[in-house]
Amino acid sequence: MTTTGQFLFAPLLFQFFLAVLLLFLWRRTDLQRWASIFGNLTGLGLASVLFLRVWRGGALSVQAGGWEAPFGITLVADMFSATLVLLTSAIGLAVAIYSAASVQELRLRLGYFPILQFLLMGLAGAFLAGDIFNLYVWFEIIIISSFVLITIGGERLQLEGAVKYFTINILASVIFLTAIAILYGLTGTLNLADLAVKAKDIDNQALFSVSALMFFAGFGIKSAVFPLYFWLPASYHAPPAAVSAVFAGLLTKVGVYALIRIFSLVFTADPFIYEFMGWIAILTLFTGGVGALVQNNIRRVFSFFIVCHIGFMIAGLAIFSRPALAGAVFYMAHDIVVKANLFLLAGLIFKIRHTNSMKKLGGLYAEYPRLSLLLAVPLFSLVGIPPLSGFWPKVSLVLAGLEGRHFLLVGAMLLASFLTLIIIARLWAEVFWKNGQAPEIKPNAGYFPDMEPKRRALLVAPIAMLALASLYIGFAAEHLQLLSERIASELSDPASYIRAVLP
Amino acid sequence: MLLAVLSGFIFALGLAAFGRRFKGRAVVLSALLPFGLFAYFLSLLPGAAAGQPAVYRYAWAPSLGVELSFHADGLGLLFALIISGIGTLVFLYSAEYMKGHKYLGRFYAYLGAFMGAMLGVVLSDNILALFIFWELTSLSSFFLIGFKNEEAASRRSALTALGVTGAGGLLLLAGALLLVYVTGTYSIREMLTSGVALPEHGLYPAVLCLVFGAAFTKSAQFPFHFWLPEAMKAPTPVSTYLHSATMVKAGIYLLMRLSPLLSGHQYWHATLITLGGVTMLYAAVHILFRTDLKGILAYSTVAALGILAFLIGIGTEAALLAAAVFVLVHALYKAALFLIAGIIDHEAGTRDVTRLSGLGRIMLPVAAAGFLVAISSAGAPPTFGFVGKDLIYEATLHAGPWSTLLTAMAILANMLLLYGGFVAGIRPFAGPLPEEFEKAHMPGPLLWVPPVLLAALSLLFGLAPQLLEGMLARPAVAAMVAGQPDFHLKLWHGFNLVLQLSGLTLAGGLLLYWLFRPSLRLERRIGRLENISPKGITEGLARGFERFSGWYTHLLQSGYVRRYVFIIISFLLALVSYRIFTSVNLYIDYGRISSMATYEAVILLLMLVATLIAVFTDSRLAAVAAMGVVGYSICLLFVFYSAPDLAMTQFAIDTLTVILFVLVLYRLPKYLKISNTRGRLRDGALALAFGMLITVLALEVLNEDINREVGNYYAEHAYVLARGKNIVNVILVDFRGMDTLVEISVLTVAAVGVFSLLGTGLDIKKRGEK
Repeated sequence: MTTTGQFLFAPLLFQFFLAVLLLFLWRRTDLQRWASIFGNLTGLGLASVLFLRVWRGGALSVQAGGWEAPFGITLVADMFSATLVLLTSAIGLAVAIYSAASVQELRLRLGYFPILQFLLMGLAGAFLAGDIFNLYVWFEIIIISSFVLITIGGERLQLEGAVKYFTINILASVIFLTAIAILYGLTGTLNLADLAVKAKDIDNQALFSVSALMFFAGFGIKSAVFPLYFWLPASYHAPPAAVSAVFAGLLTKVGVYALIRIFSLVFTADPFIYEFMGWIAILTLFTGGVGALVQNNIRRVFSFFIVCHIGFMIAGLAIFSRPALAGAVFYMAHDIVVKANLFLLAGLIFKIRHTNSMKKLGGLYAEYPRLSLLLAVPLFSLVGIPPLSGFWPKVSLVLAGLEGRHFLLVGAMLLASFLTLIIIARLWAEVFWKNGQAPEIKPNAGYFPDMEPKRRALLVAPIAMLALASLYIGFAAEHLQLLSERIASELSDPASYIRAVLP
Repeated sequence: MLLAVLSGFIFALGLAAFGRRFKGRAVVLSALLPFGLFAYFLSLLPGAAAGQPAVYRYAWAPSLGVELSFHADGLGLLFALIISGIGTLVFLYSAEYMKGHKYLGRFYAYLGAFMGAMLGVVLSDNILALFIFWELTSLSSFFLIGFKNEEAASRRSALTALGVTGAGGLLLLAGALLLVYVTGTYSIREMLTSGVALPEHGLYPAVLCLVFGAAFTKSAQFPFHFWLPEAMKAPTPVSTYLHSATMVKAGIYLLMRLSPLLSGHQYWHATLITLGGVTMLYAAVHILFRTDLKGILAYSTVAALGILAFLIGIGTEAALLAAAVFVLVHALYKAALFLIAGIIDHEAGTRDVTRLSGLGRIMLPVAAAGFLVAISSAGAPPTFGFVGKDLIYEATLHAGPWSTLLTAMAILANMLLLYGGFVAGIRPFAGPLPEEFEKAHMPGPLLWVPPVLLAALSLLFGLAPQLLEGMLARPAVAAMVAGQPDFHLKLWHGFNLVLQLSGLTLAGGLLLYWLFRPSLRLERRIGRLENISPKGITEGLARGFERFSGWYTHLLQSGYVRRYVFIIISFLLALVSYRIFTSVNLYIDYGRISSMATYEAVILLLMLVATLIAVFTDSRLAAVAAMGVVGYSICLLFVFYSAPDLAMTQFAIDTLTVILFVLVLYRLPKYLKISNTRGRLRDGALALAFGMLITVLALEVLNEDINREVGNYYAEHAYVLARGKNIVNVILVDFRGMDTLVEISVLTVAAVGVFSLLGTGLDIKKRGEK
């Protein structure tokens, strides 16, 4: 263990202390706002330092409590993990700012900020876990804090969504845990790197790959792939926009991360699984796209898009060539930024018009031309209008698909892109172009036009920040592509990961 | 050259920032941008003619193969000149036409962005860059068609256009990447010289389908043409620029550019000739049934695009020359006709050709221009149109075995085009002036000069086609054929067959113009066929797909958690059991299973009975109690297998759970059975099957030797290094202390969650306030 590895604790422990601090500020919601914003700013700083260290020096690892791997718990930051931790922190900051201006006081008094921070900690932990059971534990905290965030405020719609969310996600945890038990029975270890080493020595490879399927189902539920996605469209429109934004950006991506991690590190031997994932990707792309087509509530449209676009990442994993993995990673980074932003955008529209129904919305373009221009960035980035961010990973993915002769998969990707294009264009026409109706005025509802400028700025700033990030990804695609290629090469050759953990 | 292409985008961005100040003289001055570009591209002509075209490269995202590499050869410059030239006139014209419009800045921003994108399409050498610009033209077209965004019809047309061209765009992406895969390069020039004989490649049909899909949607070929007449909802300058002179020719450009690579196979020629031919005749006949000026022009544009595809399909040097010249011919006369239609609409307030007449008395220069371009569209001497049409007949006459048929088709299409041109360019100006138009007056010079200029060019190039020969036509054709093209552009070829055919066309067309009157009645009659037209069919399919989507989505996303769980468990069951029964060697190693004592059997029986009670009882309390029994039995098993510390933990948890359950149940309403027997049987069967599956899995895992390295390490080091006597405790707080820390956080969060759920909900608060 090197001393540089110790730094790995920093982003994680900082999130933990911030969460505890926020708990102690229970009644002081005004202080919580600022603590959350500045805390997450610091968190972003720490994550950036971690990212830069990994970028320069390669994968880092640290053993909790100083117990040598594989006996203790290992944390690992390779390029993939460090990138995701960085993105998590960025989303965390954006959402903290947005929450400070948008979440109702009542919810803040019920512990909104501390729970949000626990969720962010759980996400960072999951990305850094180098131990499969430790990963499970991080998933636990993610589930429980997201459950509390969905229910916080206790409106009927929220509770209904929360029950579905929780039931299915607990089911996922049970499957995950069972899979861990089988895996432990076969290998006697929980450490990911150690698993990668021992995987080759297992006599009963068939049983080993059965446990892989269990993992696929467990993580598949989390990633919301076909036919395991039901919890997502059932719950994402319920909580406050800020919460949905974190969920949309990061929750499913943790599942995808876990899939990519274990299917590039531990279970790489069985071609059946990759072929199977190809079919899952096709159906996910189709089902999500078709689902988005028939929604009227814009948040539901975006929810189905989350499902649809997970298909691109699964497709990359299924093709499993280096360019395909790079495409999947690129898509993931793009998707985290854009999806989070879309839900912030939906929240902003709600503040302006007090509805998220496309039929009732309209006239934003005439009333808020510059804001519309800003909102167009995430919308058209999602579509992948070149050269915006969603376009680039498709180049890698489609080319990789053609090279691997996965023509059906390529077709599904194109169909999904087409559906996304049409649906977003229609949404644009309905929400921005069509003549608007004046919102039904409800007293004390906190309309955007009535807000003081500072609060308005706090609402728009995070959207602008994420939109800038999208533009950067799009116009300087080379940067993210180089990063993605490096990640892909690390993923397809796990030796460096293993070396970082096991001396 | 980078600046030249990007200047349109920079202009658009500037307008996005300072759009409000954009009015008055600044608008007119903005035409200097396209004019400057026009001059710049003119200055590049000699280089292209000498075979040393200007080249620019910038590595944008080299890892993804995308370079901004521009290559100004003859073909690219032909289009670039049309884009910037007509762009100049449209910029000027719009300054007057859109004067005082609230969103003038926005309008020019879209136009500027479009111009940049379109230049990018025709100058890019990198096929992905071409695709990027291609998509941007579709997008700017979407915004321009929907410019009158408060009108539902405009919005719908914009969506239709984006739907068709967007689908084509995605096909182009796939086609481009397939070409990259096959040829191993991203540069179109390198593809052409790579020596890969594409028509013999196994993927050739796929490439062809994709490229055709892209080109046909963009260039409005049958049966994808219907978006173009719809797009006429856009302001007239937009129709002039995008939907007649430039953007719709992007597909044609693509075909021309890739022609050396893809042509030479029956698939290429037959498809293009057939579809191009059908398009030109189908659209040309439709001209007869239209009464709206822009409708007539839209269909004659589709017909012209059909002719172009048809010529590229013939693919001989003569045909390609005819296509290149016809691109210019058509851009000149059709843009002028659109601009004139805009003037008429602007001044007379209608575009209905059955009502328009006599306007020549008011706006003579416009009428003169109209006359000139109408005869150019008719292909009558001494206009440029005559040169173009001669070349077309020259090409069809030497097109091999089918030449007679092809020539006849071309003649028929040209007769109808003549009719369309005359109706749009001559009829509104001829005859007596009806009372309703007496208030119309001569438009300002910004409106009438651009069409007059275009008409003058049509005449000039007709009288002196040799002006174009060396600088433009020859380099353009050279880009499409192998070797040096050899031809001369002339107005007069002498009395030959082609001239006789021209005479025939003129006579036939004129006869049609004299005898046939467009009427609303006919327009309505053809409207009845809407349902079986490509547009109607496509819309029907789209509606059907949407209905299917609704059905499919609600089938899966039913809203019932129990159904979701059912699907998820079934999925897992099917997947895992398929894999187990096909690949795992199933057996039970009895040697590894310890024999069972009587008391163990009793405990198991107890668990089984308790489980059955929990499932079948009607009382919640009994179910909870039964679950408690199962829990305690497990504790007992732990005790038997010498794990007392685990047993104690489990015991405490089970007791707490049961107590909590009882407390909560006390407050719940009466138990209701909401599922029927069939549903319960189905769920029971699934549960049973899943339980058996897990059992099989567990048994199979037991067959394997467990690697005890980690466990032994804990046993050996718990006391020595961690100073703890209870191994379980040491694992929890030391070896794997971090797990415990996080689990404690889980409990904290859960506690907060319980607090927030208990009677502090927003709904309840609201109710309290009321």
